[in-house]
Amino acid sequence: MTKSELIQRLAERNPHLYLRDVEKIVETIFEEITAALARGDRVELRGFGAFSIKKRDSRTGRNPRTGETVQVDAKSLPFFKTGKGLRERLNGED
Amino acid sequence: MDNRTVTRADLAESVYEQVGLSRNESSDLVEAVLEEISAALVGGDTVKISSFGSFSVREKGERIGRNPKTGIEVPILPRKVLVFRASHVLKDRINGEQG
Repeated sequence: MTKSELIQRLAERNPHLYLRDVEKIVETIFEEITAALARGDRVELRGFGAFSIKKRDSRTGRNPRTGETVQVDAKSLPFFKTGKGLRERLNGED
Repeated sequence: MDNRTVTRADLAESVYEQVGLSRNESSDLVEAVLEEISAALVGGDTVKISSFGSFSVREKGERIGRNPKTGIEVPILPRKVLVFRASHVLKDRINGEQG
């Protein structure tokens, strides 16, 4: 399922809404999650999962092909942990 | 700046401000979005949200685990796990670049 398919399905289930509003709802949700992570906040959606960032320090890496050392900058990576409810649903436990 | 936790209520508030639906309906729609994504994943589908990331289900086979406290071996049954891969746009935004 792509973002546009998600929008279509929501629009079908909510025929009283304009398509552009459904698009805006979906965009707003992912934009808010992105903005929260960019601020360093955590996003916790009980039963679904939680998004957080993990910081990686700068390090000296090595090009495995040439053996050359390269400086790898510190960075933050997004991380998702599946919520209990969804994990149980995936495994047919509810 | 203090880090905080963003929840459904915050997402619903943003939808309320951005879209102009009632607070109740905004909150129902946040739930509906999460439910559509969950249902697709439970049905075995991959969910790709452009400029955000993709969620896919991976099947894990059975393996032998060990209770770290007691050292007793226990079988870990086959199960499904959800994997999230962030898009480059999301990674760049988190590292302070305009995405």
